[in-house]
Amino acid sequence: MTDDAKRSGLSRRSFLRSGAAGALSGGLAAGLLTEEAAGAAADTDAPKTVGPGPVEIELEVNGVTRRLAVEPRVTLLDGLRDRLDVTGPKRVCDRGTCGACTVLEEGRPIYACSRLMIESAGRSVTTVEGLGSPDAMHDVQQAFVENDAQQCGYCTPGFVVATAALLARHPAPSEQEIEAGLGGNLCRCGTYKGIRAVVEGAGGGGVSGG
Amino acid sequence: MRPFGYAAPATVDQAVGLLEAEGSEALAGGTDLLSLLKDDVERVERLVALGGVTGLSGIELAGGMLRIGAMTTLQELRDHDDAIAALPALSVAIDGVASPQLRAMGTVGGDLLQRPRCWYYRRGFGLLALAADGRSMVTAGDNRYHAIFPEGEARFVNPSSLAPLLVAVGAEAVVRGPAGERRQPVEALYRAPEVDGERENTLAPGELLVGVEANVEGSRSAVYEVRQRRALDWPLMAAAVSLTGSGARTERARIVLGHAAPVPHVATAAGDLLAGQELTPETVAAAADAAVEGARPMSGNRYKVQLARTAVRRALGRAAGMEI
Ligand SMILES: Cc1cc2nc3c(=O)[nH]c(=O)nc-3n(C[C@H](O)[C@H](O)[C@H](O)COP(=O)(O)OP(=O)(O)OC[C@H]3O[C@@H](n4cnc5c(N)ncnc54)[C@H](O)[C@@H]3O)c2cc1C
Ligand code: FES
Ligand code: FES
Repeated sequence: MTDDAKRSGLSRRSFLRSGAAGALSGGLAAGLLTEEAAGAAADTDAPKTVGPGPVEIELEVNGVTRRLAVEPRVTLLDGLRDRLDVTGPKRVCDRGTCGACTVLEEGRPIYACSRLMIESAGRSVTTVEGLGSPDAMHDVQQAFVENDAQQCGYCTPGFVVATAALLARHPAPSEQEIEAGLGGNLCRCGTYKGIRAVVEGAGGGGVSGG
Repeated sequence: MRPFGYAAPATVDQAVGLLEAEGSEALAGGTDLLSLLKDDVERVERLVALGGVTGLSGIELAGGMLRIGAMTTLQELRDHDDAIAALPALSVAIDGVASPQLRAMGTVGGDLLQRPRCWYYRRGFGLLALAADGRSMVTAGDNRYHAIFPEGEARFVNPSSLAPLLVAVGAEAVVRGPAGERRQPVEALYRAPEVDGERENTLAPGELLVGVEANVEGSRSAVYEVRQRRALDWPLMAAAVSLTGSGARTERARIVLGHAAPVPHVATAAGDLLAGQELTPETVAAAADAAVEGARPMSGNRYKVQLARTAVRRALGRAAGMEI
């Protein structure tokens, strides 16, 4: 626990008392809950307020459990990039309007810039790094390379994650499903043609979201 | 963002208790609130996270009554086949929020209570955007997306895509606060602020939206949105209609405009005009004209009057299943 947290009178237990109840009903994988937290969920006392100083949280990032102390105001995007050195998700608009920060939370595509990291406590987050590595690329990553679906590459990590989410939901997406599924991502360099080729290739069974 | 505290209640009562304190604000999906905090347009002492509160999410359909919890995400609602079958126009309203990320994060309560997009408000000039000398920045400046039915000095528009439809079908908002539960028509959630600092919704400190309920049996509804971009933007104009009556004759019609006024704008006269009438190209056109009667566009948004007319005509056409 950090000094800041001590100063504001917080303990790990107090965070879990307030945070775990929420995480529980949010469908948290039971395995991630400490016993202490599970006990606290039944507690009917008014939950404690944590912060504004750092609060210790735990979340799963790309399959690895990470523990860190973050202020409640830190977004998932900034926490990933600045604290955990997971720099795949990019900070472009920081306002939920471009998609460069797209990650999967519990399998659902979200804007990491528009989520507080503390809200992801106890959940699993997958970034572009978690889909595959340069030596063992995910089908979608491979298809982006083959279809030359990037230029400056700034939007690419978000597009790759959004594409994987789209294909997981619709393995052979229709025109409409493609537009709705990738409508949350922008590319300033205009690589849409290549990205469309990636997704349309999926219809032929070449690419899968899984 | 400035520093703030964070609490995650497990029950509605706990949430109400926390929200009563000055400077506390409800956090749903965060897609709107975090932007406002980053831009320092709103300030909070503490966020009260609703994500873990039991009884706030979920969808129920029984005996024609559709109940939607405030923390239900837009995607969950879109994926609920029974709810969409009962009120198909919901799919049009939700698909308009054209980003899977926003649909996965954004909640029904957050959509209804999202703050106006008015760029004067978003730049910190307040909802009424009055200059130091008391004059309106909106009338003097760029007002292309603003209200054609301003109320007093309030010239922003209500941004919610769900609100016009829910108002058209006569949905009720279920609100919980320190004094217990109250129900009110969804349109009563909104108001046009009269002085700076007043909010555009009617929730008192400590109150939170629990959900919405609507009887969706025996009516036909439709939404028509006019959009500049199909994704990542709000409509320029929207119309929602709900019709009752059997056969060709309409018994009752409710017509509601979005993006036209500081609140979802109920076009009462237009609806009344259709009562007892058969929907024909002529009656529909008359209703569309009536819907914009009394509009007071400003220097840059006259075009929205015609958009409103068109949206009403096409929404009525959709509801009646005819090409107009
Ligand atoms: C690029 C972009 C395009 C968009 N396009 C559209 C569009 O076309 N149509 C549309 O309708 N929306 C659109 N949106 C808005 C989006 O739908 C909203 O941001 C979202 O629905 C808000 O939900 P949330 O759960 O994230 O709310 P939050 O950001 O968490 O909350 C919003 C506000 O509501 C309050 N609040 C939330 N839930 C409750 C509750 N249960 N009780 C009391 N207060 C509550 C919060 O305190 C806050 O003030 C768009 C957003 C973006 C970024
Ligand atoms: S950085 Fe998150 S959407 Fe643009
Ligand atoms: S490749 Fe440059 S923004 Fe998309």
